Amino acid sequence: MNNFEYSRATDVADAVRQIAADPAAKFIAGGTNLIDLMKYDVERPARLIDITRLPLKSVEETRDGGVRIGALVPNSDLAYHPLIEQRYPLLSSAILAGASAQLRNMASTGGNLLQRTRCFYFYDVATPCNKREPGSGCAAINGINRINAILGTSEACIATHPSDMCVALAALEAKVHVMGPSGERSIAFEDFHRLPGDTPHLDNNLGPNEVVTAIELPAEGYAANYSYLKIRDRLSYAFALVSVAAALKLDGGRIKEARLALGGVAHKPWRNRDAEAALRGEAPGRAAFEKAAAALLAGAKGYSHNSFKIGLARRAIIRTLTQAANATPQIQSVKKIR
Amino acid sequence: MNRPPVAQAGPRHTSTPATFPVTLTINGEKRTMDVAPWTTLLDLLRDRFDLTGTKKGCDHGQCGACTVLLDGRRVTACLTLAVMKDGSDVVTIEGLASGDALHPLQQAFIDHDAFQCGYCTPGQICSAAGLIAEGKAKTADEIRELMSGNICRCGAYPNIVAAIRQAMGAMGGKP
Ligand SMILES: Cc1cc2nc3c(=O)[nH]c(=O)nc-3n(C[C@H](O)[C@H](O)[C@H](O)COP(=O)(O)OP(=O)(O)OC[C@H]3O[C@@H](n4cnc5c(N)ncnc54)[C@H](O)[C@@H]3O)c2cc1C
Ligand code: SF4
Ligand code: FES
Ligand code: FES
Repeated sequence: MNNFEYSRATDVADAVRQIAADPAAKFIAGGTNLIDLMKYDVERPARLIDITRLPLKSVEETRDGGVRIGALVPNSDLAYHPLIEQRYPLLSSAILAGASAQLRNMASTGGNLLQRTRCFYFYDVATPCNKREPGSGCAAINGINRINAILGTSEACIATHPSDMCVALAALEAKVHVMGPSGERSIAFEDFHRLPGDTPHLDNNLGPNEVVTAIELPAEGYAANYSYLKIRDRLSYAFALVSVAAALKLDGGRIKEARLALGGVAHKPWRNRDAEAALRGEAPGRAAFEKAAAALLAGAKGYSHNSFKIGLARRAIIRTLTQAANATPQIQSVKKIR
Repeated sequence: MNRPPVAQAGPRHTSTPATFPVTLTINGEKRTMDVAPWTTLLDLLRDRFDLTGTKKGCDHGQCGACTVLLDGRRVTACLTLAVMKDGSDVVTIEGLASGDALHPLQQAFIDHDAFQCGYCTPGQICSAAGLIAEGKAKTADEIRELMSGNICRCGAYPNIVAAIRQAMGAMGGKP
């Protein structure tokens, strides 16, 4: 790890002031991603601004029936919060599918959003990587790309966003509240993370001097019919090869509303309105689910080691929709896929 | 997030910025030490306080060998900067027994032969203490899932689960 200066931010305005004053500084919250990357010399900030003392630690109901989650709420507290467990069980389940109990105790809501890819070459400073070093090339495209993306890729980068929590937040259409030098703004979840294009060094649309202050959930939590299914190389404590968040509203034997998002397959949680439209008005069942899977995976492209993800994702989508429709969501501690 | 390239393009930072006084209550004893900001809690415990019960396995959050209780919650000390935890309470494996009386988890690990080489054991036991305090695990499946952050290279898992179940019963759910 490189040597660095350390300072504490006293409030949100102070955090913004400090980050704007030092272009080589980074915020640190739980530290579970940043310290890891610093130990590999992938990140080398000259200063860390500790934001853990900011008052962003509450989970509160909003006036329009939604919930506002402070950026520093630990992942474990969020997953087990009664409001989230009862009204947004999809979010609870997705968080509990990720990392380990220790890491969830440390990791913050904001940090989870901003965690960086687990692409092997991004982590290995001896190899070319356009995300780590713009213009150096992409070692994954013709390398060991088993864990890499199949959707929304570019010639420059085929990395995935590794978060589980974000897949549920995408399906639930959360909003991200941020504060910067010119004030507050909020970003729709689908506009928060980016596709790599020819600027893979940018993971998301957060400005260089902005701090994430909160995530807001809309009132509708799809608590009756949902499931989060994560497929990985071992049964726990591993990143997703493919994960699916499905949420349905059923009415008189028909699907009234549907939300579907994929993790582990793209540079951002993957949604596609055509897939959701394909479900609306249909009777829940294999025929409709297959159509939705085909729509969601339209344009999927495999590389030398990850073509298996296309078929895996198709089957996982159908299974997760079935679990949601039957109100038998995957339980993260039970490893048998129901 | 437009920061990474800026930070990476810069030279490796070699100046030695100030150290910070950090006060921690470690196993019930208040201790203060000047630390460089890049010192992890794990290195502080092992190298500066000579509390070598907490182990370094991967140093990257992947194995759980360095698990300690920080303000009552289990965390991996290798990904925790000591300077950020000024004022906190830390319990390590050295702080679990009361005098010569072993903690129920320590006794249960002996009763069930829940280790071979023992390298992961301090982390397993501290993690299990955190698990019991959290109160979310009731079934063996739930114990396995919520202990998955602790890897055992010797594969003592079935005995570890049995030991935790025994201690859970003995402790009535209290840490
Ligand atoms: C072994 C291991 C396994 C894991 N497995 C999984 C998994 O299966 N699924 C999963 O989803 N995740 C997994 N994770 C990743 C984990 O979820 C993230 O590391 C964590 O969520 C990051 O949060 P943090 O608070 O620790 O972030 P930090 O490391 O503190 O910060 C991460 C980044 O976000 C920035 N940042 C943090 N907070 C803010 C803010 N409020 N505003 C602006 N910028 C901010 C920091 O500057 C930094 O660049 C795993 C991690 C490890 C180490
Ligand atoms: S896929 Fe992206 S992160 Fe991985 S090596 Fe290529 S450019 Fe780097
Ligand atoms: S040494 Fe900390 S998790 Fe492995
Ligand atoms: S007892 Fe040897 S690693 Fe667990």
